[in-house]
Amino acid sequence: MTNTIVVTDMLTKRYGDRLAVDEVSLTVRRGEVYGFLGPNGAGKTTTLRMLLGLVRPTSGSARVLGHHPGHPQAVAGVGALVEGPGFYPYLSGRDNLRVMARYRGLGGTEVETALGRLDLRERGGDSFKSYSLGMKQRLGVAAALLGDPELLVLDEPTNGLDPAGMADMRRLIVDLAMQGQTVLLSSHMLSEVQEICDRVGVISAGRLLTESTVAELRGATSVIVRATPADVALATAMGVAGDDAVRLLDDGGLQLDVDPTRTPALTRALVEAGVAVHEIRHSERSLEEVFFAMTSGSDPASMTEEVLR
Amino acid sequence: MNALISSTRAELLRLRKWPAVWVMVGVWLVLNVTFGYVFTYITYATGDATAVGEGVPPAQLLADMMPAAVPESLIAGMPMFGGAIMLILGGLAVGSGYGWGAWKTVFMQGPGRLSSFGGTLVALGVIVAGAVVATFAVDLGVSVLIASVESQTIVWPTLSGSAEAIGAGLLIFGMWTAAGVLVGTLARSPALAVGLGLVWALVVENLLRGVGGLLGPVEAVTDLMPGTAAGSLAGALGGTAQSGRDGTPGVLTVLDAAPAAWLIAAYVIAFAVAALALVSRRDVI
Repeated sequence: MTNTIVVTDMLTKRYGDRLAVDEVSLTVRRGEVYGFLGPNGAGKTTTLRMLLGLVRPTSGSARVLGHHPGHPQAVAGVGALVEGPGFYPYLSGRDNLRVMARYRGLGGTEVETALGRLDLRERGGDSFKSYSLGMKQRLGVAAALLGDPELLVLDEPTNGLDPAGMADMRRLIVDLAMQGQTVLLSSHMLSEVQEICDRVGVISAGRLLTESTVAELRGATSVIVRATPADVALATAMGVAGDDAVRLLDDGGLQLDVDPTRTPALTRALVEAGVAVHEIRHSERSLEEVFFAMTSGSDPASMTEEVLR
Repeated sequence: MNALISSTRAELLRLRKWPAVWVMVGVWLVLNVTFGYVFTYITYATGDATAVGEGVPPAQLLADMMPAAVPESLIAGMPMFGGAIMLILGGLAVGSGYGWGAWKTVFMQGPGRLSSFGGTLVALGVIVAGAVVATFAVDLGVSVLIASVESQTIVWPTLSGSAEAIGAGLLIFGMWTAAGVLVGTLARSPALAVGLGLVWALVVENLLRGVGGLLGPVEAVTDLMPGTAAGSLAGALGGTAQSGRDGTPGVLTVLDAAPAAWLIAAYVIAFAVAALALVSRRDVI
């Protein structure tokens, strides 16, 4: 139990007729970066809001740091940025953090540390309303870092950031993870999740479709072979990998479910059988392919747009 | 308790640095001096029959502006425009946070919603107390100035009279601020809260009182409304005496001082508890 930071059981939220979150059961373990992945409107933010005690679940339950969501001890141990940064526009970035730090019973040192971590110290005296979208987002993350919370919940933290800002944000999350910080990160950007997350939960239309490591989700690596004559190549490949492990691809190539370390042996066998090898390579499914395969029930056109944005 | 203190410190910081708060308190002080002293003094000095002092003997006008009359002038303007300004303060302080998404950030900091929102109420209470004391000080300063200019002997207001007036001021301002907090919480938007709140305080209550004069059952209700209670408290403590007749807007003589004060205190508690209950139970979207 001590290794589980967040656990939900059949967590459900219904708004009128619309089921925003449908029986989601997920687990976030201590020290991991958990990617919460899904298209816009899939129920990611609503789930996070329930974990933070902002929204009451219609049914189901959740435990955060061993407490009910919204319990002062659960809230105090969590730093979060949900659905964009919410601050007082007339206050400077620094004063906004000072207000939030006072709520947490913290002093000015923590505020300066958080500002420094997000590279905001120089503009800390400017009013929040004068900040660019990216700076507002960074201030939101700075507020989430106040008081070194056990769990960091970041809802689409790279929203509104330029490519350099996105890279900085990812680096920050990786840095935090290396220091043992548990991070629950929601995103619709598959590349982001693939790069920095240990485990992912995929949500679509309110339902958690799967929960596993990135590697498991992408499946085993396979070997692709293009060689002629095709029949000899197929027979040889089956001889090496086994009959069931070889599939004929639409374009005439072969896909072998074998460990990549068998590639030299496979190549040697093909050459010895007198086959002309045009191409032999390892193939790994991208998370994006897995994701589309999984969410094909939802609207793939709008998804692609989101992902490519 | 610690959580409430942390929250109050946080709220005082953000309210203190909010220009809108200073604008509202400043506008109240200017209006108070303008209607309480400037117009009266012009009437007195020029002998013109303005709306403020029509038919009032000059000696009475002068007496109304002396330090001894500060308790009366302190509360005379509170039921009407003072209350309206405090309602705006409460409505903005709470309603704006929903539009900005700041409540969401605040409720994620840990003290718990009751403590966090309780901190807002305490901080607003501090501002209200500051506004009342500042009004008393400004009124006293202006009246001493007028007394010196007019070469009058300075007679200070009695301690009990001053304490009563300040207490009544705290109740009246506190009630309207709490009313603003409640509509701000209900509306979750500053514009709707302030708009509806002002329509109620300035229009609906007056209309209902007008109807109440004709219909007995309606009058039974209007006699217990927030505006009636505030106006009656001001009236009972001498607010109406200022111009020598029942003329100061919002000042009434419906209830006696004690029932009016208890009724106002009940409203303060009811508004605050209702707002707290809503905030603690409702989803933050």
